[in-house]
Amino acid sequence: MTKADIVNLVFERVGLPKNEAQDIVENVFDTIKQTLIAGESIKISGFGTFNVRKKGARVGRNPKTKEEVEITPRRVVTFKASDQLKEVIEKM
Amino acid sequence: MTRSDLIEMVTERVEGLTKKQVETIVSAIFEGMKDALSQGQKIEIRGFGNFRLKQRNAKTARNPRTGEKVQVPSKRVLHFKVGKPFHNALNKSS
Repeated sequence: MTKADIVNLVFERVGLPKNEAQDIVENVFDTIKQTLIAGESIKISGFGTFNVRKKGARVGRNPKTKEEVEITPRRVVTFKASDQLKEVIEKM
Repeated sequence: MTRSDLIEMVTERVEGLTKKQVETIVSAIFEGMKDALSQGQKIEIRGFGNFRLKQRNAKTARNPRTGEKVQVPSKRVLHFKVGKPFHNALNKSS
């Protein structure tokens, strides 16, 4: 499934014209993104939670050359599926 | 931030749609994504990230409290990987 499929789905299930559906799908993901960039987590009930975590610097190793490199401190996004979503995934 | 905050923010940003309509659309998006995942599909959202299903094999684990062996059946877990532009946007300030 790609973004285009999601746009199609909004078009089919809600009956919104495709250009408007496109617009709002972009907007939804952009809003989630901006929220996380601002450092706030976002919980979509029935789907899951997106969190931002800060990770400190650590030493990593290039698996090919075994060379040690410093991994810079960074922010990462984690996603935790809701129980409801986990259930439908595990079931099949 | 919750689903209803998201709906409110998107309503403000998009012209000509009521909160009720945005609510229906947001539900359709996440329901649709859930349907796709439940059918074993992966989801790729450019600029945002990918949702992928990974197979976990059955294993024997131990109850850490009692030391008792328990059989854990094979299952599928969902993994989210953040997209590169998004990762960069998260880290450009630091």
